[in-house]
Amino acid sequence: MAGKPKLHYTKGRGKMESIRWLLAAAGVEFEEEFIEKKEDLEKLRNGGSLLFQQVPMVEIDGMKMVQTRAILSYIAAKYNLYGKDLKERAWIDMYVEGTTDLMGMIMYLPLQPADAKEKHLALIIERATTRYFPVYEKALKDHGHDYLVGNKLSCADIHLLEAILMAEECKPDILSAFPLLQAFKGRISNIPTIKKFLQPGSQRKPPPDDKYIANVRRIFIV
Amino acid sequence: MSGKPKLHYFNGRGRMEPIRWLLAAAGVEFEECYLETKDDLIKLQKGGSLLFQQVPMVEIDGMKMVQTRAISNYIAAKYNLYGKDLKERALIDMYVEGMLDLNELLITHPFQPADKKEQHFATLVDKATNRYFPAFEKVLKDHGQDFLVGNRFSKADVQLLEAILMAEEYKPDILAKFPLLQSFKARISNIPTIKKFLQPGSQRKPQIEEKDVQKVLKIFY
Repeated sequence: MAGKPKLHYTKGRGKMESIRWLLAAAGVEFEEEFIEKKEDLEKLRNGGSLLFQQVPMVEIDGMKMVQTRAILSYIAAKYNLYGKDLKERAWIDMYVEGTTDLMGMIMYLPLQPADAKEKHLALIIERATTRYFPVYEKALKDHGHDYLVGNKLSCADIHLLEAILMAEECKPDILSAFPLLQAFKGRISNIPTIKKFLQPGSQRKPPPDDKYIANVRRIFIV
Repeated sequence: MSGKPKLHYFNGRGRMEPIRWLLAAAGVEFEECYLETKDDLIKLQKGGSLLFQQVPMVEIDGMKMVQTRAISNYIAAKYNLYGKDLKERALIDMYVEGMLDLNELLITHPFQPADKKEQHFATLVDKATNRYFPAFEKVLKDHGQDFLVGNRFSKADVQLLEAILMAEEYKPDILAKFPLLQSFKARISNIPTIKKFLQPGSQRKPQIEEKDVQKVLKIFY
């Protein structure tokens, strides 16, 4: 039996990707068991492994953890990526909720009906450039540090890098008005564990294609 | 200047209600500033008070905190309602996230368009009785303790009571199949700070009335 965390999800980004990023950034090796068809999900459900009948589920430290935020918080705290005190944690939580909202919008884009896609994409770009990125640009500007909170790498930085890269997939020049975020992106991407995760062959998942989306619909009846 | 937390939201439950519950359960007095019109929201946004231009916002300990979960986590940790270690915190987080998912169905129901309401109600009842309440009934059954986590009162207990009471407003016998949740409900309701919050005249908000739905939508849309 391996001591490594074991991730249960489909073989794609979805709600599990942020967890993969965080484990990778923390230098934690993990295994993955992929749900490929509805029967795989039913098997997990019938086996009593899923507290609310949902994935993501991560087997870690003797627990079968569910709920993305709960899993991220646990990993962040365990690997010292959650700030040094309550107030730093509060700021990290606030920032992560923002990037979660932005990435949530991007995640649902492929699931939109065809006639709503263009409008949804426009909304993503508007929110990214007028609501979310200005906040993180300002945070970096105000304190002048390399990291968002407490002058130390935290899960907020990792989550923001993930959000930036996802947003750039929507619009490659989306950071054009945000010089500090551009520098931030370069800097965080160069952290050895993250650099490794960004290389081909890592457990990072590609953006969803039509085939993946069709399969996701079949498995989850989305 | 008061040292009390100050809540900015409309005069209703929405996404602020779990925060009101938690502060009340912790015995923390708080003030409220209500948004009545879109202009009130715009004023807050223009003043730079809202990190992501959204409410809830809670002024607390020198911060203007936003994002329900961030606020709730901070309050829970500050007032020792977040378990004693990482693993208890993990359980509390898991349970609360499930409750927030149920909560989402409960608070959005009044805002559903008329032609979607019946289906939404059916989903709400289905999820409560087949997904969420069975999970928590089992947790209580498995350890036989009074509280959800660590044999100690935590924000998970507060959140569950809130979800139970809201679900009962939609379907009064919704706990029919869950005897342990029924006794849990009575037990947690009797905790002095919570008992006080459940009495008329407290800052607990009633369920939104049909006539106020449009008013609230106008603030945000």
